[in-house]
Amino acid sequence: MTTKTARLHIQRGTPGAPARTEIFEVPFTPGQSLLDGLRWIRATQDPGLAIRFSCINANACKECMIELEGKAAYACTERLREGDMHVAPLSNKALVHDLITEIAPRDERLLD
Amino acid sequence: MIRLESDVLVIGAGGAGIYAAIAAARDGCQVHLIDRSLIGRGGATVMAQMTVAVALGEQCPDHWEHHLADTLAAGRGLCDPALAQLLCENAPARIREMDAWKVGWAREDGHLKQVHAPGHDRARCVYVDFLNTGPAVSRTLRARLNRIDGIRRIGDVLITDIVVNQGEAVGAVGLHLLSGEAVALEAKSVVIATGGLTRLYRRNSGSLNMGGDGYALALRAGAELVDMEFVQFFPIGHLAPRMIGMDPIMWDPFRYKLGGRLLNAKGEEFADRYGQAESGNYVLTRDVATYAIFKEIEAGRGSPAGGAYLSFMHVPEAELRKAFGPVIDRLAKNGIDLAKMPVEVAPIAHYHMGGVRVDSAMQTRVPSLYAAGEAVGGANGANRLSGNGITEAFVFGERAGSAAAAHAKARKSSGWHEAAAARALEQLGTRGKAAAVPNTAALLVELQALMSDNAGPFRTEAKLRAALERLQQMQQELGPLPAAGAHYDMVGLDWLDLRNMLLVAQCVVRAAIERKESRGAHQREDFPGMLPEWDLNQRLSWRDGELSLTRAPAARPAGAAP
Repeated sequence: MTTKTARLHIQRGTPGAPARTEIFEVPFTPGQSLLDGLRWIRATQDPGLAIRFSCINANACKECMIELEGKAAYACTERLREGDMHVAPLSNKALVHDLITEIAPRDERLLD
Repeated sequence: MIRLESDVLVIGAGGAGIYAAIAAARDGCQVHLIDRSLIGRGGATVMAQMTVAVALGEQCPDHWEHHLADTLAAGRGLCDPALAQLLCENAPARIREMDAWKVGWAREDGHLKQVHAPGHDRARCVYVDFLNTGPAVSRTLRARLNRIDGIRRIGDVLITDIVVNQGEAVGAVGLHLLSGEAVALEAKSVVIATGGLTRLYRRNSGSLNMGGDGYALALRAGAELVDMEFVQFFPIGHLAPRMIGMDPIMWDPFRYKLGGRLLNAKGEEFADRYGQAESGNYVLTRDVATYAIFKEIEAGRGSPAGGAYLSFMHVPEAELRKAFGPVIDRLAKNGIDLAKMPVEVAPIAHYHMGGVRVDSAMQTRVPSLYAAGEAVGGANGANRLSGNGITEAFVFGERAGSAAAAHAKARKSSGWHEAAAARALEQLGTRGKAAAVPNTAALLVELQALMSDNAGPFRTEAKLRAALERLQQMQQELGPLPAAGAHYDMVGLDWLDLRNMLLVAQCVVRAAIERKESRGAHQREDFPGMLPEWDLNQRLSWRDGELSLTRAPAARPAGAAP
């Protein structure tokens, strides 16, 4: 199958520091998910890229929620596509690190 | 450092952990239910697609002794009969309890509907439509949990070690992932309910958080592991075309309801070549089906993506829609029309029969330390029957929670000891320099490839030895825990995961090298037959920084011929 390239613009950072955007060229075969792309970046480019998920593909855990082109989405159910894709942490949740936000219900948190 | 104190500490918030927490709170204990991810959303339970085995006798007459006979037969002589009996005998009470809690088991003509799964002698498995057993079970247990005051639920905490003082478990230490702070959790009883080890394999049906954490925790705390060579592969995991938003084991329910045809690249049914003919029904047990598919691929008759075809093209479209309604639309969004095309499937790591060795109160050999669910080894022997996974989560979870509560109530204090906790925290305290760290995410990918290629369902001495050697090298390459980043430090998390995964992978490989025969999920190409002299369970323990392996004759079920 032919390999295509997605250009992922990923908003990164930690609370209290100005956010920065980094660009990664991600090769993919049609059908692969955005989460596949983010996992590929960690394994080959930067293991420090922070993204959380449990179930990988089933859309059962709901942990991989991010914003794609400014809209809330699951990284595991969005497909990689050719050209530019803009990925950012959820803007309505407290930022933890890169694409990870505070998503646990309040009464399941260790710290308030 | 953050400090917490409870009567019963439950590690892992899947089906078994939640059930344990509910049972311990019911018996009057203050419970902390901890998970490295979200509560009741990670693990294996939420991923379950369909069957839950239980001798209810709703569909046809049944008795738990028949369920037990099937469980023991599937286990190929290696089940711990006491655990297997506990599982089957207590299943009806738990499944009825879940029904009362409104899980929504499928019903038909005024009774619970039960389907006939491979390896069972009759229709015995309840489920929730459509492909919804896991999500429904998780939702029901979460709702139950939230109504109980005695349970504090805490997510995003990774337990790194059990704290042991004078040979007894007194709590645990861990890392709060969001803040990077160390956490000390004092408890009178500790329950390990962290599930299995599917993450050791490249293609798997579990969650990311199933990297065998609990096995490593138990081993380092002084408990024994048993049957670690038996990793179950689910034969018909989805392979191609690429689907998103669907669970890779979703074809199982399709086979229960519609049969389906398993075909090689030539379009031939092939199961009969390996001892079990299908004739339109779904009767192939998991070990035989996995074997058959691998052998077809090896003979050059695999599908293009390297698996087998699964076809429902002979099933009328109306029947497909009646059986799976909305799922048919989700498939269409993925470009899959079952009336017009087969899909490709291949074996995928699914479940671990081995695990922490416990008695029938779910207690390990370490006082105050319990295990529940898939983390427990022994009930399923060399091969697990379809449908016993969720059942054991409920039954063993309830049992472990009750036993842990009774034990906690009998103790005046946990026996917590600062020096013992400090030793357990040492790992987190001795952080090295960031520059020296290998790419941990790449090491994880390599570990999964190594285990899949060298310690999958088909094994040889040479491949297993090569795996063991590489695992030991990787341990060296990993080096010390890297310098901490405070907020969800991915490299530090990978490092802690690799620490456990490399240890647990070595357990699997060591036990697989030693077992020089083929049985159930452990198939040695260099020792193809099942041998009576191997009616043995292998146990692993951790002594002076080394794995130590012993063997014991498999216990015989009561009433069995000697």
